[in-house]
Order: sequence, then structure tokens, then C-alpha cells
Amino acid sequence: MINKKHLTAFRTIITKEVLRFLRIWVQTLIPPAITMTLYFVIFGNLIGDAIGEMGGFKYIEYIIPGLIMMSVITNSYSNVVAAFFNAKMYGHIQEMLISPVPNHVILLGYIGGGMARGLTVGLIVTLVSLFFSDLNIKHPFITIGIVLMTSMLFSIAGFINAVYARNFDDISIIPTFVLTPLTYLGGVFYSISLLSEFWQTLSLANPVLYMVNGFRYGILGVSDINPWISFSLIILFTAALYLLAYRLVKKGVGIRS
Amino acid sequence: MTHALKITNLKKTYAGSIHALKGINLEVEKGDFFALLGANGAGKSTAIGIICSLVNKTSGNVEVFGYDLETQREKVQEHIGLVPQEFNFNVWEPVIEILINQAGYYGIDRPTAKERAEELLRHLELWDKRHQQANKLSGGMKRRLMIARALIHKPKLLILDEPTAGVDIEIRRSMWAFLKQLNQAGTTIILTTHYLEEAENMCNNIAIINQGEVVESTSMKDLLSRLNVETFVLDLKEPLESLPEMEGVTLRQRDTKTLEADLDKSRSLNFLFEKLSEYDIRVLSMRNKTSRLEELFMTLLNTEKVQNQSTDNKKNKTETDTEVLS
Repeated sequence: MINKKHLTAFRTIITKEVLRFLRIWVQTLIPPAITMTLYFVIFGNLIGDAIGEMGGFKYIEYIIPGLIMMSVITNSYSNVVAAFFNAKMYGHIQEMLISPVPNHVILLGYIGGGMARGLTVGLIVTLVSLFFSDLNIKHPFITIGIVLMTSMLFSIAGFINAVYARNFDDISIIPTFVLTPLTYLGGVFYSISLLSEFWQTLSLANPVLYMVNGFRYGILGVSDINPWISFSLIILFTAALYLLAYRLVKKGVGIRS
Repeated sequence: MTHALKITNLKKTYAGSIHALKGINLEVEKGDFFALLGANGAGKSTAIGIICSLVNKTSGNVEVFGYDLETQREKVQEHIGLVPQEFNFNVWEPVIEILINQAGYYGIDRPTAKERAEELLRHLELWDKRHQQANKLSGGMKRRLMIARALIHKPKLLILDEPTAGVDIEIRRSMWAFLKQLNQAGTTIILTTHYLEEAENMCNNIAIINQGEVVESTSMKDLLSRLNVETFVLDLKEPLESLPEMEGVTLRQRDTKTLEADLDKSRSLNFLFEKLSEYDIRVLSMRNKTSRLEELFMTLLNTEKVQNQSTDNKKNKTETDTEVLS
């Protein structure tokens, strides 16, 4: 049962995490803004004009939701994986383990920290995108719902990665070899209707596709996937990963001997 | 009577069948200043880890002020403060934030946490460093920061795992004074240390762990009373050419101007000096060779070692006999 003390502990973890990524803003907030600006300039303005329209929109308008979502995904993930792994590595996770903080609160605190960074970066990228295109949000509630759930999902995924990580290589393997390919092949830059039937079917196995398309539906009103299927799958993935992460913390995997 | 800590048949087996604790029993009374001693790898840190929820036990029970660790973990955690052996705070955080965050984990709101942090930092002479990143602190300051962090939620039981390791004598003494004051105010303290002089001076009761078993648990007074011989080092005024034989005193010569004298506990120091005077040996200064506890500690560990070897030999012999018989 969550009580007032637990809420204070939850607030403490989130505040600590937010202060952490704000303290190192040059590493956490500026790089994604620069990278996305480059994407907008190169793919949107320079190549985009040659590509023409996609899904009934100018190419830069089409890729903006995907790029925002890409920033949210990578930053939510990397915030939690780095924060929790550092806490494990340098031992300050023990500050929480010896205190009466329930496992759910520890988990939710880190997820909250990851979401705070993912959404902050998402907002920065959205603001940058306004220099390149107008943004008229078609379905605000779906947009907010999808971005919140996706940020939460990848924060949990980052947490699980950090639980199993034993060295710094282990926290970069998944982002480099799994997350980045899935994101790039998740319909950020193209509609899967352009692909052959085989690759279209294969793309459906990529969870990022559902998030990018769900978000794109929220902003532009177009999607390769039924938005309710996207939403349902995101909720399903989130619930499954949360239960797994909770089980790991409860058993003390990687944190209690 | 409710104990501050009661451990019953506590066992811990790590992967690979390493038996770190083989069923230890321990009782620490409320308000006690208790020493938990043992060589490296004896099982002290594992026991502390279990009490503080950092290590999962294999079996057994732990009660803190009557609360069961298994079923009332949060209550147990509220009562314990831990000063671990290794520095384990986030070195990039400012000193005061480390304390405020720790208080937050115990559900203490920020304004109250700030007040308590100020009080502790002033008391431990760290107030001037409150906005400094923890990695900029000296070793002694880091130790004091860990003590402040362990006390932020006002625990009734404070566990210190080698708190004065690597700390200079001046800071060590001020830490001793602070801990004594804390104990007098009612906090139960469990101390593990390699400075046996520290345990001897500070603690009322003592337990010695060896190879995962409690080999001794008694009062410090009782343990020290078992010491039959005390060794003194004597600095002589003039060089001694030959070692005299004295009844009731065993002498050894370190160099021409330094003697070691083993004096039976039944004899007084006057007896030693009378004997020395008989041989016209003049003493400039005198000191104890080692802490008395250190001698007992080594004796206990050696006794255990000899007993274990003897058991092993018997076991080996039986196994050999069996092999021969089969």
C-alpha cells in the first residue's frame, strides 16, 4: 500500500533524477537537439524537396512525428539505463535498498526520471521542428497518450537493461545493436506501404513501428497501423515489461547478493 | 525483553556452496555499544548486509527492536542506520543533497530534512562543505558524511562497518567522542573495526565471528579478564649487556636499550619495577606492546584454527581408514 512516506520517497527519486540530467544538460539535452536539427535540415529541407509528398504530407511534415518519437524513445531509455547502472556500479543504490522504500516506488521513481528526460527532449525537438514546419495536432489526447506510454515503456526497458548490465559495454550493446536499428526501421522516415509485402509483414514484428505510427496518427491523422492496435500493443508491452522489472527488483537481481 | 537486535540461526550460502554464515546467533541489548569482530572474510559484512536488507539470507531469523525482518521489513529499516565500509554515495551530488535525498527515502519532507541536515553537518564539521560535490571531500570528511547520512532519519540502531578506516588519529578521536555521545543519548551502536583498541575503548559487549560462526559472545570485561599475561615494552636508560633471569617475569631483549617484559596478571607493576631495580636496570618509558583485546582475539582465532585442523585431521583419518577398509 502506498502511503504519504512512499510518495515523499517517490518524489525524492524523481527530483534526484531530474536534477541529475539537468546538471549534465550539455550531455543530455543539447546533443539530441543538434542531431534532430541536422535530420530536419538534411532529410526535411535538402532531400525532402526531392522526395515530394508522403502519406499526403510534405516529407518534412511526415518525418517530424517519427523524429520526435525517436528522441523520446532513446532518451527515456538511456536516462534510466545510465542512472540505474551508475547507482549499482558506485553503490548508491544501497541508499534506497536499506531504506523503507518499496520496490514499486524505486521502479516508478526511475521510470519517472526516464520519462521526465524523454519528454523534455521530445519537447525541445518539437520546438526545434517549428523552425522547419507548422505543427497542427489532429488528435491531442491520442498524441499525449501515445508519447507518455512509449516513454514509460522504454524507461522500463532501460531499467531492465541496467539490472542485467555488469559493465559499461552492457549498457551500450542494446541501444546500439537493438534499439537504433528498430527505431530506424520503425517507419520514422518512410511509410511501410512503400515496402514489398515480405518486408511489410516483417516490419509488423517491430514494436517501434506501432509507437511511431500511433504518434503520427495523433499529430497528422495518418498511420500505417490502426491507432487502437498501436495503443493496445503499447499498453500490453508496458504492462509485461513492468511486471518483469518488478520481479527482478523484488528478487534483487543484480542489486542484492 | 525486546532486544535491539536478535539473530537466530542465521545462514547464508552464496553461489558455489560458499557458506558465509553457518547459523549464527547473536543478541544485542538496547542502548549497548557492541563490537562485532572477525578477520577479513569471517562473515561480518554478510551478517550486516542481511540485517540491512542488502543481502538475501538463506535461512534464519533477524529481529530489530522486536520487528521481524521477513514480515516487517519496512519497520526494521526505519530503525537502522548504516555506515558502510566503502564510500557509496553519489560523488557528483552536493553534500547537502545526499543527506536530503536519504531523508526523502525515509519519507521525511524536504524542510525537515534540511533542518536535520544542517544540525548534523554542523555537528560533524561539514557545514562549510554543504554545497561542495562529495568527490571533492577528503577521506575523513567522506567518512563523516556517511555517518551524517546514516543518522538523518534518527535511527535507534546504528551499524558502523569500519568507520575509522583510513582516518587520521585526530578525526578518529573526534568520531569516537561523537559516537560515545550518541550512545549515551540512547542509540544502540554495533561497531566492526580492525582497530581493536577502538573496540576495547568503546564497546561494552563483543562478539567474534570466525569462518561464519560466532566463536565468542560476551561482555568486554569478561573477555579481558581472561587475559593472564600482559606484555610491556620498556625503553632503558642505559644499554643492557646480558639478559637477567627474573622469577615471575619473562624478559626478552629487542635491542640493547629495549626490553619486552611478560608480566603475570597476578603480579603488580611494582613487582616488575622492584625486580628491575634489583638488577639496576633504569627505565625511561614504558608502554603496552599491543592492545589486550588484540592478544585475546588472536588467541581465540588460533584456538579455532587448531580445533578445525584437529577435526579435519580426524575426518581425514576416518576417511583414510574407510578407504583402507573398503
